[in-house]
Amino acid sequence: MLEGGRLMLSLDGVSKVYKVGTFGGKRLRAVHGVSFDVAPGEVVSLIGESGSGKSTIGRMVLGLSRVTEGTITFDGQDVSRLEKRRLRAYYGDVQGVFQDPFSSYNPIFKADRVLTLVKGFFPGVGRREWDDKVEAALHAVRLDPGACLGKYPHQLSGGQLQRLLVARALLLDIKLLVADEIISMLDASTRIDVLNLLGDLKARGLGVLFITHDLSLGNYISDRTVILRRGEIVEAGATTKVFGNPLHPYTRMLVSSVPQLHTKWDSAAPKAAVAALPESDAAARLVEVEPDHLVAAAGIEERA
Amino acid sequence: MSLRVDDLTVYYRSLRGDVKAVDGATFAIRDGEIMGLAGESGCGKSSLGKSLIRMDARMKHMRGRVELDGEELPIADDAKMNAFRFRKVSIVPQYSMSALTPTRKVGTVARELLESRGEGFGEVQPELVRRLELVGLSADVLDRYPIELSGGMKQRTVMVLSTLLDPSLLIADEITSALDVSSQRAVGELLVEFRDRGFVKSMIVITHDLAILYQIADTILVMYAGKLAEKAPAETIVGAPRHPYTQLLISSLPEVGVRFEETRLAGIPGKPPSLLSPPTGCRFRDRCPLAFAKCEEEPPFVEVEPGHEVACWKAAA
Repeated sequence: MLEGGRLMLSLDGVSKVYKVGTFGGKRLRAVHGVSFDVAPGEVVSLIGESGSGKSTIGRMVLGLSRVTEGTITFDGQDVSRLEKRRLRAYYGDVQGVFQDPFSSYNPIFKADRVLTLVKGFFPGVGRREWDDKVEAALHAVRLDPGACLGKYPHQLSGGQLQRLLVARALLLDIKLLVADEIISMLDASTRIDVLNLLGDLKARGLGVLFITHDLSLGNYISDRTVILRRGEIVEAGATTKVFGNPLHPYTRMLVSSVPQLHTKWDSAAPKAAVAALPESDAAARLVEVEPDHLVAAAGIEERA
Repeated sequence: MSLRVDDLTVYYRSLRGDVKAVDGATFAIRDGEIMGLAGESGCGKSSLGKSLIRMDARMKHMRGRVELDGEELPIADDAKMNAFRFRKVSIVPQYSMSALTPTRKVGTVARELLESRGEGFGEVQPELVRRLELVGLSADVLDRYPIELSGGMKQRTVMVLSTLLDPSLLIADEITSALDVSSQRAVGELLVEFRDRGFVKSMIVITHDLAILYQIADTILVMYAGKLAEKAPAETIVGAPRHPYTQLLISSLPEVGVRFEETRLAGIPGKPPSLLSPPTGCRFRDRCPLAFAKCEEEPPFVEVEPGHEVACWKAAA
């Protein structure tokens, strides 16, 4: 599978059902029949509003949440139901970085402890060699070792902490990074640096699942885009096609709501078309409208 | 002029000294103006907003005065400010999702709020219901507990309650930050509508998101490290900013249509100085590509063209 140069991570009909209610008597379908792939050296952004299931998908890929239906395969191996030992090996290939860099660190330890802890994965590596590895990883995320090693988390900025977490993931020589809203807590003047970093890592062959609610960030960095609504994919494909020619009413509404710097919101918001959409389309089929551009069938008929 | 702020300086007291969060802010807001207040976290924008309505115990008013509709606001006097709060100056807080008391029905919260200001609930109720309907909520919201409302509904409820007595100045602090793009747009448009209908005379909208401000604000004031950097009409701030900080900030924002492969945007190297002991002179000096010897002196916040003020030696020259 890998030889083809495509597919590294592959989701096939993945669903997640939560038990909710006082005694877990009700069911909430957070993710419904989601299928997409991530290839090496590709940034795929998963875009949706709150409650769209985008973070749940990230957690399932990371094995932090059980898959209810469907399978997730990584390099041809089913990783949706891994047990402890195999899961550990999986984490040598796949790592996650989350939204809040400040709460990812234990405030009573120095920040570089996150790097030291990783050393447990490499029992055979000597001290010298390890230091070189650390330096290379810090260099890759454009952090100055002198400025961040030996510091406590509160002494570093959010951008530095977030980059340190990416460096930790790189130390493991991972193939896929799940980046869940890693930009949203950062300030405008530093967020673009973290975003550019993802772009540079992509050039080194890293696959990135970039989870965000911000369309302009997703559009800037990703090769392919998956738009989620209420746990289902409504539109997916090459980023230029999804944003250049959004076909599903929901995608259109999202694109038209994004505040832009040089154009004002147009007066007619296509919200009505979204309101007219069914709550959930159990038989949602994705139709290929042009090469590498899939749209949920319900949306297309709506337009016709 | 609706609001006139002159040399307002507010510090936070801390064990290690004063944190100079707002330092010598001087600006004015016209009647009907929506002013966006933008900047990075820790630049003092929220402190400036808060000092116009209620300073918390750590905040200390050092100097400067604030005038609203020709009347001085006693911002340093917590008790005297009570006469102005809600009636003349009101706020939609950053935490408005959790601003409603969870154990009280929304109607009870509204009644108590009005009665605490000596207004009869009965007289205001028809207007309250009318405005709730205007923002797409039905009157039975008043009979519900906050937990029964969604985040967006709570946000709209708080917006209606805050502006019920038609204040002259409304401070909206990061009210769009926690929302999805479609709700962001709805809330942004609602703010403009409140102004257009005369529910509030003028407004300060505090956010780190310049793109939102470009959509709704008439003017934008950019702060950096406790100082005012630039104020101008929204079009000018986005299209022809003069302060190097504003220029770099605008150019670092990705827009729909800008892609990494084609255009690589750059951030601003470095980080803002600590406000415990900020450097003398221009506070942006260390990160500024245009810095020169003169920047050791503090640049004044001066008008470079009508309605456009900048604190930078290069821009003013």
